Amino acid sequence: MKELERARWRCRRGLLELDIVLQRFMDRHYLQLSDKDLQQFATLLDLSDNDLWDMVTSRKEPEDAGLRPLLELLQAV
Amino acid sequence: MAIARRKFDAVIVGAGGAGMRAALQLSEAGLKVAVLSKVFPTRSHTVAAQGGIAAALGNVTEDNWHWHMYDTVKGSDYLGDQDAIEFMCRQANEVVYELEHFGMPFDRLENGKIYQRPFGGQSQNFGGAQATRSCAAADRTGHAMLHTLYQRNVRANTQFFIEWMGLDLIRDEQGDVLGVTAMEMETGEVMVLEAKATLFATGGAGRIFQASTNAFINTGDGLGMTARAGIPLEDMEFWQFHPTGVYGVGVLISEAVRGEGGYLLNKDGERFMQRYAPHAKDLASRDVVSRALTMEIKEGRGCGKDADHLLLKLDHLGADVINMRLPGIREIAIKFAQVDPIKEPIPVVPTAHYMMGGIPTNFHGQVVAPYKTGPEEVVPGFYAVGECACVSVHGANRLGTNSLLDIIVFGRAAGNQIIEDLKKSPHHKPLPVDVADRTLARLARLESQKGGESVAQVGTALRKTMQAHCGVFRFADMLKEGVAKIGEVAERAAQTEIKDKSKVFNTARIEALELDNLAEVALATMVSAEARNESRGAHARDDFPERDDEKWLKHTLYFSTDRRLDYKPVRLKPMTVESFPPKPRVY
Repeated sequence: MKELERARWRCRRGLLELDIVLQRFMDRHYLQLSDKDLQQFATLLDLSDNDLWDMVTSRKEPEDAGLRPLLELLQAV
Repeated sequence: MAIARRKFDAVIVGAGGAGMRAALQLSEAGLKVAVLSKVFPTRSHTVAAQGGIAAALGNVTEDNWHWHMYDTVKGSDYLGDQDAIEFMCRQANEVVYELEHFGMPFDRLENGKIYQRPFGGQSQNFGGAQATRSCAAADRTGHAMLHTLYQRNVRANTQFFIEWMGLDLIRDEQGDVLGVTAMEMETGEVMVLEAKATLFATGGAGRIFQASTNAFINTGDGLGMTARAGIPLEDMEFWQFHPTGVYGVGVLISEAVRGEGGYLLNKDGERFMQRYAPHAKDLASRDVVSRALTMEIKEGRGCGKDADHLLLKLDHLGADVINMRLPGIREIAIKFAQVDPIKEPIPVVPTAHYMMGGIPTNFHGQVVAPYKTGPEEVVPGFYAVGECACVSVHGANRLGTNSLLDIIVFGRAAGNQIIEDLKKSPHHKPLPVDVADRTLARLARLESQKGGESVAQVGTALRKTMQAHCGVFRFADMLKEGVAKIGEVAERAAQTEIKDKSKVFNTARIEALELDNLAEVALATMVSAEARNESRGAHARDDFPERDDEKWLKHTLYFSTDRRLDYKPVRLKPMTVESFPPKPRVY
């Protein structure tokens, strides 16, 4: 229950850059995500702001290569 | 309705650098401490601080705290309280070494000492050569600080309440503060958190402006709670604007772009900064450049179909320089302005960045208000630190790298003060019978509201009004109109309607409650700005272009309950050294 709302709140970050990118991602992609995607999205949201931003801007690779497809969506929004 | 209650020695609202530094002091002294945060602590806005933390360590060039004090007083345009500024600058070295000892990964010099770099506004010898005073951890000093403090707090058994929002301050008949009401987002339940000491460290409120560099969480919750409880807000007309935020989104384009040779253009392709600052041009100080951009737009030389922004050109630097020397800028421009700066200029506007005003405190972090007999009487049980507080070390204009110092010095000082105060009054005072009435009334209103506007709609109106009427440059007629308009917006904010009435994780309700706080901050800002008939620091009036020390060398106090203004003197007398008397502020 209220998973969308929880995710939306956890997209509130310390960096405005991430606030905006994650809001766009929520609006465009969240509802289409599979269960596996959702799990991976939660993993990404648990990262610290700077690590996540580095991945969104392709300056850092995720340790888990499985996160790449989802990151590509985030990079494109 | 019975409301759950929990008791702590201290309750801290906000888990950024200020709140966590204070919490650490208290937890390590063995006190029972609760820290409330809307988001996970390491996602607080402190994470966005890049520049570093100022301290006259003298590791690179000769330095001392007295020079730092002079720079800060001058930077504040003489509105800063000189006792608090002396206190901060004298403690800087100690608090930085303490952070080092906590494990904060500062950059190092070859000799192993903390690396320091130069930063704008910092000088040697009272306005002489550039000082080298900023201690940094790459361009991620705030991030390193937050993580260091969070780890230490976990070890010290600080109790974090994550995804909790503070709603209202609890005061008894004597005016003493006894805790807060708060909501757990997961359950939607309201709880009374009783405390012998309540400390606000809720950060800034930049979201009152349409163009803001602040994260979405910066809604001024502590200021809203304070204002509703009858305590004034100080110097709310003073907001620092950064000249180059990306048009339409606010994301900051660092000064480094202009440092590397980028420059600003108007719609005629003119390098207009030459007219405003013939020597420094595009590298003039933030307030000067912000005002120039605003004048260009005001006089019809803005770009785009609405003639409402300027262009930051850097393609002439070439792809190599942009990629090598300005990492991240290209990604930001492509992502947020849809332009590749290697080929095209970036659309920018002056963007709200930092709130110099806030909850009035002394340099012990105690909230002070003229609510009984004197103008600066301590409000027992209530403390505030960081951007939400006005201590006032930044006065009318903050210097870069002084905010990370502010949060650590006064976070620690407030912690120490609370420890002392609790020795004298070790018991909880009885709670008033109407402890949560104000909060419950607000929630009941939201619950039953019919036919109101959406929170998003009113929020947009609020931000537009603030941007148009109380931005970088302020005009008498616009301010006058702005006071009426923002009053109307506040009325609308008090009648918003939410569709989702459920309890569990209701973000619509949270956002409605945040809007209440934004409205308090917006009103305080507009009313205070309209009344101040001078230009000082970040407050620039078209009709009063000069600083007026005769009439306006004083702090504004705004009372929300009757939207009244009062004033109190600036503390010009430092703790031990001679006062720095007001002089023209020339760089």
